Amino acid sequence: MSENLKKGTGELFTNVDPDKMRAFVREKNKKMLSKITTVKEAVEKFVSDGDYVAAGGFGGVRIPVAVIHEIIRQGRKNLGFSGHVSTHDCQLLSAGECFDRCDAAYIVGLEARGLSSNARRVFQSGKINVTEWSNGALSWRFKAAAMGVPFLPIRSMLGTDTFNRSAAKEMLCPFTGKKVAAVPALYPDVAIIHVHRADIYGNCQIDGIVVADDDIAKAAKKVIITTEKLVDNDEIRREPNRTVIPYWTVDAVIEVPFGSYPGNMPGLYFSDEEHLSEWLKVEKDEQLFKEFLEKNIHSCKNFSEYLEKNGGMEKMNKLIQQEHLLK
Amino acid sequence: MTRYNNMELMITIAARTLEDGAIVLVGTGVPVATAMLAQMTHAPDLTILFEAGGVAPLLPTMPISVGDSRTTFKSLKATTMAEIMEFCQTGMVDYCFLGGAQIDKYGNLNSTIIGDDYKKPKTRFPGSGGANDLASLCWRTMVVTPQNDKRFVVKPDFITTPGFLEGGTSRVDAGLPKDTGPYRVITDIGVYGYHPETKEMMLLSLHPGKTIEDVKANSSFEILIPEKYDMTTEPTDEELEVLREKVDPTRVIIGRG
Repeated sequence: MSENLKKGTGELFTNVDPDKMRAFVREKNKKMLSKITTVKEAVEKFVSDGDYVAAGGFGGVRIPVAVIHEIIRQGRKNLGFSGHVSTHDCQLLSAGECFDRCDAAYIVGLEARGLSSNARRVFQSGKINVTEWSNGALSWRFKAAAMGVPFLPIRSMLGTDTFNRSAAKEMLCPFTGKKVAAVPALYPDVAIIHVHRADIYGNCQIDGIVVADDDIAKAAKKVIITTEKLVDNDEIRREPNRTVIPYWTVDAVIEVPFGSYPGNMPGLYFSDEEHLSEWLKVEKDEQLFKEFLEKNIHSCKNFSEYLEKNGGMEKMNKLIQQEHLLK
Repeated sequence: MTRYNNMELMITIAARTLEDGAIVLVGTGVPVATAMLAQMTHAPDLTILFEAGGVAPLLPTMPISVGDSRTTFKSLKATTMAEIMEFCQTGMVDYCFLGGAQIDKYGNLNSTIIGDDYKKPKTRFPGSGGANDLASLCWRTMVVTPQNDKRFVVKPDFITTPGFLEGGTSRVDAGLPKDTGPYRVITDIGVYGYHPETKEMMLLSLHPGKTIEDVKANSSFEILIPEKYDMTTEPTDEELEVLREKVDPTRVIIGRG
């Protein structure tokens, strides 16, 4: 029976051994120290060429845009990344040609808005090493890492080409004899996550959907947090049940208001659909796209300049009103 | 001329399959329009889930993303993707709604690549997203799609999401939970189910004005035509009014015809 069990042929890009992570975590400084820095410094210090990066949020919702822009500006190359519903984040990293391998569950699309022609060009070039997964599989891979176990048995992916192109393995349950897919723990080198509020130590609270960010923060070796609002430690302690990410996982904290723009930030501002449409449109013309990236990313000294160039506070107020269904 | 376009017809027919009290997991576009229409007509206690973490929102408008703020508007819970998938894996979710670039006679779906070279595909699509999990784990998979012979293919270039795999018992043999699988395919031509044993796609009802010739001409594989099949009941004025005025007033979806 067991010789009939299948294995996916996709490449496994990351370490699966939980003892390696335990050894790493043991050496981490667990003192409650200030992690305050700048986006520029955080990327310089914590994101290296070749690193495997996981972005939090959900594609166009609560995404760490400021850090991704900085990764592009600093010209990081040969990154690995997890396409766990990566929409605008995948579009950005494709624009910067920052990665050469990808665990893909959802890539190149922006959901109902359409497909990114540039991200498609990158993924159709043959230059990217892709391993397929489902969203559930990637969520559970992060969960396995966050649990400190080498894999989790799951009941999806079986029987499909998604499985065949993944790095999962079929196994028989030792209790029931049922066939399950074993999905390996995913320990990223760096996680980049945008949250609603954090203190200087990196205790983070998220409003609305958490997606996989609780697990991603625990799974990653290094964690960069951008936060809409920096709050006093007392505010975290007042409602500790709202804390999603504890300080000891976090390496850098930066206050970036509107840091999910042009994505949605639940409870604060809606996505800028005009700007996202423009992205999809300019990508179709190589020269226009080059100019667009120069204007919106490369020539910006920081994230506020990007916001200014796209309507500043007037635009942000509109998005706030849209979020609250005021218009 | 007819009182409705193909999109309005498909959404209306699909909405009728969702019974009150069921739990349905939807994506943006046609699926969410379908669930909203069902909720605003015959199924007020239909519970809507979104894979990003939204549980039972009272949707004010159609979301743009399955994770945007609308998916948790007045919701019961805002959670993680893993927990939503775990609801599916524990058997709690009755229906999911999916689409794809290609579908075969066993209801297998392709949303990954077009072309025969995986490493350098002619066209790259998003991939599974949550589709593979939903179709593996929810009890009944619904597909709403326009029908033509490019979409209804003999062999998909990639099986992203499982239908009945190779038919017969192959789905259960692969290890997928028993009694799950494709349930209905609703197109602009008819409504299809699956043969109880062979698991091949089978005509259940033909839409007004459509013929068996239309069914055959718009599929590259042979669709089973039983001796007896129904004629689809047309959308009612009430269904169309709710769809146009409450579900999709800006015609984002139904405007696609």
